Amino acid sequence: MSTTQTLDARDRGGPAQPLLTVDNLRKYFPVRGGMLNRQIATVQAVDDVSFSVRKGETLGIVGESGCGKSTTARLLMHLIKPDHGDIIFDGDAVGVESGITVNQMRRQMQMVFQDSYSSLNPRMTMTESIAYAPRMHGLSGKAALERAETLLSQVGLNPGHFARRYPHELSGGQRQRVNIARALALEPRLVILDEAVAALDKSVEAQVLNLLSELKSSFNLTYLFISHDLNVVEYMSDRVLVMYLGRVVETGPVEQIYRRPRHPYTRALFASKPTLDPDRRTTEMPLTGDPPNPINPPSGCRFRTRCAFAQAICAEQIPTLALPFEDVADTATPHLVACHRPEAQAAMGGAHHA
Amino acid sequence: MPEGINVKPILGEPVLKAEDLTVRFKRRNTDVAAVNGVSFALRAGETMTILGESGSGKSVSLKALMGLLPPYAQIQGKVWLNGRDMLTMPKAELGKLRGGAISMIFQEPMAALDPVYTIGEQISETIVQHEGISYTDAMKRALGLLEQVKIPSAERRLKNFPHEMSGGMRQRAMIALALACSPSVLLADEPTTALDVTVQIQILLLLRQLQEELGMAIVFVTHDVGAAAEISDRIAVMYAGRFVESGTVREIMKSPKHPYTQGLLSSTVHGGLRGRVLETIPGSPPNLAELPPGCAFAPRCRHVTDGCRSGIIPVITSDSGAMVRCVRATETVTA
Repeated sequence: MSTTQTLDARDRGGPAQPLLTVDNLRKYFPVRGGMLNRQIATVQAVDDVSFSVRKGETLGIVGESGCGKSTTARLLMHLIKPDHGDIIFDGDAVGVESGITVNQMRRQMQMVFQDSYSSLNPRMTMTESIAYAPRMHGLSGKAALERAETLLSQVGLNPGHFARRYPHELSGGQRQRVNIARALALEPRLVILDEAVAALDKSVEAQVLNLLSELKSSFNLTYLFISHDLNVVEYMSDRVLVMYLGRVVETGPVEQIYRRPRHPYTRALFASKPTLDPDRRTTEMPLTGDPPNPINPPSGCRFRTRCAFAQAICAEQIPTLALPFEDVADTATPHLVACHRPEAQAAMGGAHHA
Repeated sequence: MPEGINVKPILGEPVLKAEDLTVRFKRRNTDVAAVNGVSFALRAGETMTILGESGSGKSVSLKALMGLLPPYAQIQGKVWLNGRDMLTMPKAELGKLRGGAISMIFQEPMAALDPVYTIGEQISETIVQHEGISYTDAMKRALGLLEQVKIPSAERRLKNFPHEMSGGMRQRAMIALALACSPSVLLADEPTTALDVTVQIQILLLLRQLQEELGMAIVFVTHDVGAAAEISDRIAVMYAGRFVESGTVREIMKSPKHPYTQGLLSSTVHGGLRGRVLETIPGSPPNLAELPPGCAFAPRCRHVTDGCRSGIIPVITSDSGAMVRCVRATETVTA
């Protein structure tokens, strides 16, 4: 799927250069309180997250609420300023003197948000919203509007019907199509889809997913697909990143992550997925309790408080992402797992849902 | 681990029965037909899921059963709870039933629980109100209830306010509150939608287990096919205010007959579909203020015929009790 990328004039590093590389990204939010509004705690929203997105692939980020997946997306777009970490876009470091500026990066990297209504300006028509960014980046008003109308038809909305409508006149699925068109207006190379289909009804969700696949091949896009929906991530992604409480716990090709999950959390997550088969219902709880509060998370491995395999070492040392203990797979797309315990990685079962 | 769960044969008189329930919201310029003739019968120990997309009328039906709709809603039809007609009942009597014989859990526990009272106070208030026992005894019952819904360190949690609990814990507390007076019917309005997947499965398993212990009937409303497959004995698929198909969980999940149900199931994404184009239902659900005559699904249906757009759509019921509302049903059911 990821090898059919044709040559892009803007390609600088060649096909081997990842489109986006993220190194040791970190964001701690202060929690203020008390009489003098002092800082009383920190939320470790994203802690030492590193990954790369290759040209033409779809990288899925999956995890429960509070795991830092949306914060990661916002840090990448510099909608929130990272505390620490490097973002390298096609070989150029972002926001440093020798690299490219944040604005230059944003021309090539765009984002679609979950809430289709609040991400559109209620006082702008659909074409105005879509044409806004191209105009800001120097296109003439007329050309920008023309591009907006072309994009509207490319996302499956008849410009004659929708060009002059306002957000409240559209359904959720239609609004999300407009948001996608807007994200494509600057002809980006990477699109971050942050829960872009989560708020849609199932029949509409399937339509939008099909649209995303079509656009990916016609615009030569690379996707960063963030979702809590395990089924949708499996359907869309080439590689998957599993996050828990601000850290990456496992990453690898989608088949390996879904067929042979190594981290006990990933396994529990997949086992929690409802079956679609009434004859194979879940009978045991894969996990008890809720994820801990990201304020003062557990020391060492953050999953250890809910993990059946936890031992002393899990509280002492933070596990790093490494190859699994047994049967090392091909090195081109390594399957990496952050877990100290070999027997935890070996334990199978529970994740065989259709 | 997966093990065949037999759909238990459920006998006896229905505890909750609805006949031709309709709800209209008439305001100055609009006339929204939210529910257009819903009928079902539910027996003790049975779970019926109403499966539908947003705007299909599933939550409105539930609120109509509970008598929670605003005064301008026009409700018609009949609803019997343990043989008594709920819709014509005086308000005071209905108040005694609500929270007693019939109770409800909601999607957002933070909005449904009172933020200024502790969980213990809210549960025991309900018990005192309905059963007239002393507050101390009620508090003891509340403790037992929290233990029953598997809230850890229940004694401490009794004194917690809702904001001091996590999402999953709040949902458990709301279930405890709903079960306080051992209802014979529990109405659940998307109780797992706002939860993470690892917590959702815990709540679904908890509801299944509580039902086994207490024998109540559950009406479970959801848009999530997966949750429906996990919890239901029977599923009723709702579209534009009508049940378009109903049957046992197996009948619906494995051999859906109505084109809408088929479309809904095939557009539900799962990993096995990787690399394939998803089957979709074209278009979007109809506006309930301007429902087309005939079958409301006709504009989106691939098998549409002239007969669908006019007149009354036949309802075919099979021997097993499965129902399909479709012009083609005579062919598809017998086929």
